[in-house]
Amino acid sequence: MISTLRRHSVLPGFNLALGYTLLYLSLVVLIPLSAAFIKTASLSWPAFWETVTAPRVVASYKLTFGASLIAATINAVFGLIIAWVLVRYTLPGKKVIDALVDLPFALPTAVAGVALTAIYAGNGWIGQFLEPLGIKVAFTPLGVLVALTFIGLPFVVRTVQPVLEDLERETEEAAACLGANRVQTFLRVILPAILPALLTGFALAFARALGEYGSVIFIAGNVPMVSEITPLLIITKLEQYDYVGATAIAVVMLVTSFTLLLAINLLQRWTQKRGAREH
Amino acid sequence: MSIAVRDIHKQFGDFVALDNVSLDFSSGELTALLGPSGCGKTTLLRIIAGLEVADSGSVVLDGSDASRRSVRERNVGFVFQHYALFRHMTVFENVAFGLTVKPRAERPSKAQIHRKVHDLLKLVQLDWLADRYPSQLSGGQRQRIALARALAVEPKVLLLDEPFGALDAKVRKELRRWLRRLHDELHVTSIFVTHDQEEALEVADRIVVMNHGRVEQQGSPQEVYDSPASPFVYGFLGAVNLFHGRVHGDVLQVGGHALELDTHTLGSGDPAVGFARPHELDVTRPGSDRRGGLPARVLRVLPLGASVRLELALDDDGQIIEAEIGRGRLRELDLREGESVVVRPATVRVFAAVTTPQRADAR
Repeated sequence: MISTLRRHSVLPGFNLALGYTLLYLSLVVLIPLSAAFIKTASLSWPAFWETVTAPRVVASYKLTFGASLIAATINAVFGLIIAWVLVRYTLPGKKVIDALVDLPFALPTAVAGVALTAIYAGNGWIGQFLEPLGIKVAFTPLGVLVALTFIGLPFVVRTVQPVLEDLERETEEAAACLGANRVQTFLRVILPAILPALLTGFALAFARALGEYGSVIFIAGNVPMVSEITPLLIITKLEQYDYVGATAIAVVMLVTSFTLLLAINLLQRWTQKRGAREH
Repeated sequence: MSIAVRDIHKQFGDFVALDNVSLDFSSGELTALLGPSGCGKTTLLRIIAGLEVADSGSVVLDGSDASRRSVRERNVGFVFQHYALFRHMTVFENVAFGLTVKPRAERPSKAQIHRKVHDLLKLVQLDWLADRYPSQLSGGQRQRIALARALAVEPKVLLLDEPFGALDAKVRKELRRWLRRLHDELHVTSIFVTHDQEEALEVADRIVVMNHGRVEQQGSPQEVYDSPASPFVYGFLGAVNLFHGRVHGDVLQVGGHALELDTHTLGSGDPAVGFARPHELDVTRPGSDRRGGLPARVLRVLPLGASVRLELALDDDGQIIEAEIGRGRLRELDLREGESVVVRPATVRVFAAVTTPQRADAR
């Protein structure tokens, strides 16, 4: 089978490359993760089912996946705008803005969590103005959303930016010459070209949000059934020496995340094929 | 539709791209804007299209001032050097784009769009490519599709920015002829930008030669080729030989030798540069002609198709000049490399030697 996959190339090394890929993925990803499955297997099916469908756990799934999806969507929209501004306009201090975008990458997540909490708490800089309006951010699901949006921002900007830079300005001019208005030009000319990159950025931001722990636990307040995220629940179970319960929930998250990411990747592949069908 | 530009001035920082340019393009004409890169020709084209805004001056389309009109409202077809096709759309969708973005009230029905697109694809002789994507086409095919796409909205003006610049020589030559035929069929007022003098001479009804943001000369291809108005135009259109000297009466004194001149307006004793194209040079054996001329030595004899190019070095200062003579003439003279000859231009045009024009290499 390997011989059929192998193609002549100026850079040989198919066997070596494939071998390394499999070994590396096994060591770093597959073996640790399969440990979770094996550990879970010690649980009987009804016990497993009971653990992973407990109301408190289900509530945490909803919050984690829901907030992650919304956060990734917000990041897709605003990340695109930021990328656009960074690519298309020359402004004073553009380099600084460009560097700011990466900050959520570098900042320890706990620092982000503490900072966000301080700002959005009832007596914080922003919280004091929101509170009278009846909007509570800190210690609510909204706080979770804020934290997840914060940490996911760089992904969309950094994936879309190079594609926007590559985009031919002339195609937009051509569209305008042909009578397209701005909305039509954006929806029919620009968006299809950047959609694959945008989806990649979305998937990365989403994946990052699913696994986020440090920044969320500070701002979420961690009220069971309300603002408790699944990763926290897993930690809680670990602290109670309920290792099997923790891995059971972990397995559910793993499978769901994998399915969602696979779906996004397939969608991305599809849009890319549509975009640049080669020969 | 006629086009006129009035006192167009455009500056990018300190660089003056267009310096008070005024031009008229009459209806149904195919005009070439010719000039070296950076001469402002593309900027002028983009200003006419509305893709760029002039610092001052106005663009008049069909008698009414269009300077404030947006690109969309000007109804111009624009063809880009690098095609600018929409990569994610098929050829059909590309050509149909201009029709499908029309407001609902003006938009033709699906069947009408289908018919129109296929008519256009037939016009550019690429009907069989309708379902392909631009990446699957050759450069020449892409540019024809880009042209079909521009024509779909029935523009009153067609603007082409170096349309064949990215193509190889053979395809370029084919497309030139094809563009000329297409223009004869459609009679859309067209302006195309090029830096290739051969292309301009072959395709255009009228040529506007530009340099440093200014119009150097305009006229029919024959006019600009045969009677260039400035040393720059002389050098830019076709190969040319330069003779530096001084005017004395009706001769140009080059070193110790005299060249006869046609009518000119320069005063006696003025330093001047004489221009003569390679095919205007007459080459003879020394002593066979008493009308003067410049002694030279044959460096190389290069047979090029019907004619022969001679590379000659003037005896006076070693300057290399080119002469083009017929094969029959070469046989008569029986020239060998290294032999001495006398070169005498049939016609020399002189310009005052203030600026040294660049010498365009023979193509």
